Order: sequence, then structure tokens, then C-alpha cells
Amino acid sequence: MSAEPHYTLYHPRWYRRRVSVWWWLQNRSYTWFVLRELTSVFVAFFAVVYLWQLRALAQGPEAYGLFLLRLKTPLFLALDTVAFLFVLFHAITWFHLTPKAMVFQVRGKRVPDWVIVGSNYAAWLVLSGAVAFTLLRG
Amino acid sequence: MGRITPLLWLLFSAGGTVAALLFPVHLVLTGLAFPLGWLEAPSYEFLHRLLTHPMIRLYLFVLISLPLFHWAHRFRYTLYDGLQLKHLTELIAVLCYGVAFLGTAMTAYLLWNIP
Amino acid sequence: MPSTVALTVARYRPERESEPTFQTYEIPFRKDWVVLDALNHVKDELDGSLSFRWSCRMGVCGSCGMKVNGTPKLTCATFLSDYVPAPIRVEPLDYFPVVRDLVVDLTDFMRKLKQVKPWIIRTEEKPPAEGEYLQTPDQLDTYKQFSMCINCMLCYSACPIYGLEPSFIGPAAIALAQRYNMDSRDEGAAERLKILSEHDGIWQCTFVGECTKVCPKHVDPAGAIQQYKLTGATRWVKSLLLPWGTR
Repeated sequence: MSAEPHYTLYHPRWYRRRVSVWWWLQNRSYTWFVLRELTSVFVAFFAVVYLWQLRALAQGPEAYGLFLLRLKTPLFLALDTVAFLFVLFHAITWFHLTPKAMVFQVRGKRVPDWVIVGSNYAAWLVLSGAVAFTLLRG
Repeated sequence: MGRITPLLWLLFSAGGTVAALLFPVHLVLTGLAFPLGWLEAPSYEFLHRLLTHPMIRLYLFVLISLPLFHWAHRFRYTLYDGLQLKHLTELIAVLCYGVAFLGTAMTAYLLWNIP
Repeated sequence: MPSTVALTVARYRPERESEPTFQTYEIPFRKDWVVLDALNHVKDELDGSLSFRWSCRMGVCGSCGMKVNGTPKLTCATFLSDYVPAPIRVEPLDYFPVVRDLVVDLTDFMRKLKQVKPWIIRTEEKPPAEGEYLQTPDQLDTYKQFSMCINCMLCYSACPIYGLEPSFIGPAAIALAQRYNMDSRDEGAAERLKILSEHDGIWQCTFVGECTKVCPKHVDPAGAIQQYKLTGATRWVKSLLLPWGTR
């Protein structure tokens, strides 16, 4: 409480609060939101790992062997485990948010959310199977 | 920047979808199952044979490039809102999309030059 | 169940203090009381100087929005029994300037609402003699959800982006723009898109989703904004492909 508020009768003196830099810690939903957004960092991390693999493949068998060895180091195993959890979090939140962002109409009726979420999961299973099948044939 | 926002958002959305559908399986195989010896890592010769197929090259291009743009867009907003860096908005945007663009260029270069 | 509850209320009396303070009142606990009843009890019996807005007491007028234990709520629809025996803390809505106690100033929203032209726009009005613009129940259903908005401002108070970026047009105004865009009688979508596809429109939103969670009328402003982004992006692609075609 300040000693002498400058106040003119009948003239509003608004109080405005500044948003704290820590706003995303003040509410659990906000924290989940920021974590959801930060999954993108791990998405980028893995894209770079794949780019690195591509470069190793372009350079030759020794480079590829070295790449495989590097991924066996505890540092990369730890990073990949964390990245996997975050990427999974991204996938699940992304599947559940699509029906909010995209509305499909069939014969004038809106397709229910669970159908869209369900087809996301179905596509996920099929594509994961196809990728695993292709890579494991070698 | 304002004019191309819809394009950046489309790249973000496409990249998010690619990452959601395909990254978990690639990550669990390349990052965990192969290094930990749960499954045998594909050989150099096998992957090289796969890479001769143009569709596989296109797939890899999409797989690496779009998620990078997904990151650029999402991370840019997170930095900007999360840390209240309003005064650095241009710098952040140039850095984020710049890195994504660079990654895309490198991917294209490598895929083009692999015999 | 206890017989009384501690109700902590944010006070701001600009003629006396330069920052809000808190004051706690001991009020009777009744199972059928909502937070607004408790505030009215304080005003009638304990402290006539407490200021807050309310009108209909039934979730229609949208004037009694406040933060209850940190979450934006319509106080006429928030029962004491949902919190008791924990103490209850009532604060004004976030991100709007506080005029006094629990009363906030909404001029910013009123200005933005007008910007998005929330009325039916026709390129050519037909004369009244030709009758009404007809609409089928299915056509009504496409936008009905968005027309339920009562301008209670809970969504703005839940949106961290509005707090960080006060120029953001915000959830309710965009949902209301979408309400008219999707109305079969309206022809103003292109006009609204021009305003909403600016940086302060849809592209500021990062889909936190809290606006939808706090909405007492299930309007889903977050959905409206994301759907509008897709519309905006599609329009943009079309304008690239047919530079002279889209008017």
C-alpha cells in the first residue's frame, strides 16, 4: 500500500498486472502446454540424427559403422530414450488435436471426433508396421 | 514474414503429422532397438540398396525436412511467448527457419549425390 | 460439512491503495449457494463496499466472470460445495485492467469485437418485401455452437497469449467471426479474413486450448481458430495458384 495514491475522484485508475516470465509454471495446464511445444526440440533432434545417418551412408561403410557405434554410447542411448518419450507425447497429443483443427463433413453431418482420432491411430499402426517391415528385411 | 505465415503454418502442420506418424517407430528402431542389440541393425549394403529407389529418397527427404520446419515454427513461438522475447522476434524467426532450411538443403544435397 | 467458509476476495480501491490486497470474510456455508451468492452475502451483510458485476444469476448474461481458486469461472454457476472445506479465493479476471475490486474494464474486447464485423454481411441486400433469408436446420447446425457465446471473457482470462500479446484479437472475437463466416446467409467471409489473417488474428494463437476448457457454453473457440487457420492457409494457396481469380 503506497502512502499517497494519486487518485482523482471519478477518474478510473486501473490496475494492470504484468505477466510473469514464469507464467507457464503457474498453472498445470500451461506447463503441459509448454512441454507439448518443447516436444518439437526432440523432433528436430531425431531429424538431425537421421540426417547424420544419411551422411554416413553417403560417406561409406566405415562412416556407417562409426555412426552405429556412436549410437551405442550411453549419451546417445539416454538422449534417444528421452527423445522417444517426448516424440510419443507429441504423437498422442497431435492425434487428439486433429479433430479440433479439421472438421470433416459426411452428408451434412460432422464426422465425430473419435472416428478421426481412431483413424490416426490406425494409420500410425499401419505405417509403423510398414517401416519396421522394410528396415528389418535386411 | 506476415505474407508467408500461412505457408510456414502448412509446413508446421505437415511436419507435425509426419513426425507423429513416423518418428516413434524410426526412433525406437534406430535409437534403441539397434544400438541395444534387441534387433539387428540393417547392413550398409542393404540400406544402400534401399536408397537406389527414388521413392525411398523422396520419403527420406520428407521425413527429415518437414519435421525440421515443424520444429522451427513451434520452437519459435515457444521462445517468443515462453521467455517474452518480443524484441528479438525477427532474429528468432530467422534463426529457426534458417536452421530448418539449412537442414533441408543438406538433405537434398546428400540424397541427390548418393550414387 | 463445516457451517462456515473462509472467502478470500481480492480488493482494489484505487483511492486507497496502489495494488490489490486480499480480504477474508467468514461466511455461512450452504449447499445450494454459488460463489456469487457468497459475494452477495458479503455485500449485504458484512461489507457494502465490495464491488463486483452480476445480473442474471443463470449463466446467460456473462457478467459475473471471475477467477475462483485460480480458474476463470462464472460465479453464478460455481458451487461453494465444489471447494469446501478448502478456503475459496476470488479474484478479478486476468489480463484485463482492474477498475475496482472484482470489476475489470472490457473496452479492449468491445473494440476487437467490432473489428471482426460480427453481423450478417450481404453484397446486396434484398428488399424486405421479398421476405426473410431462409436457412435449413442443417445450415443452422454448422454455426450454432459458435453463436452460444455470452461474451463472459473467461476465455480471454484463460489465454496466456492474450496476456503476453494484448494486441491478439482473442478467442471469443474469432469464434464470433467464425459464427458469421459459417452462416449460410452471410457473404462477408473474405472481408473478415483480411482482418483475421493479420498477425494479431489467428496466427498469434498457439493452440493452448485453455479457452475451450473454461468456456461455460461449450463454444470451443480453440477449435474455431484452428479451423480458421486451415481456411486461411487454403485461401492463401488458392491466391497463389490463381492470382487474379480470388475476389
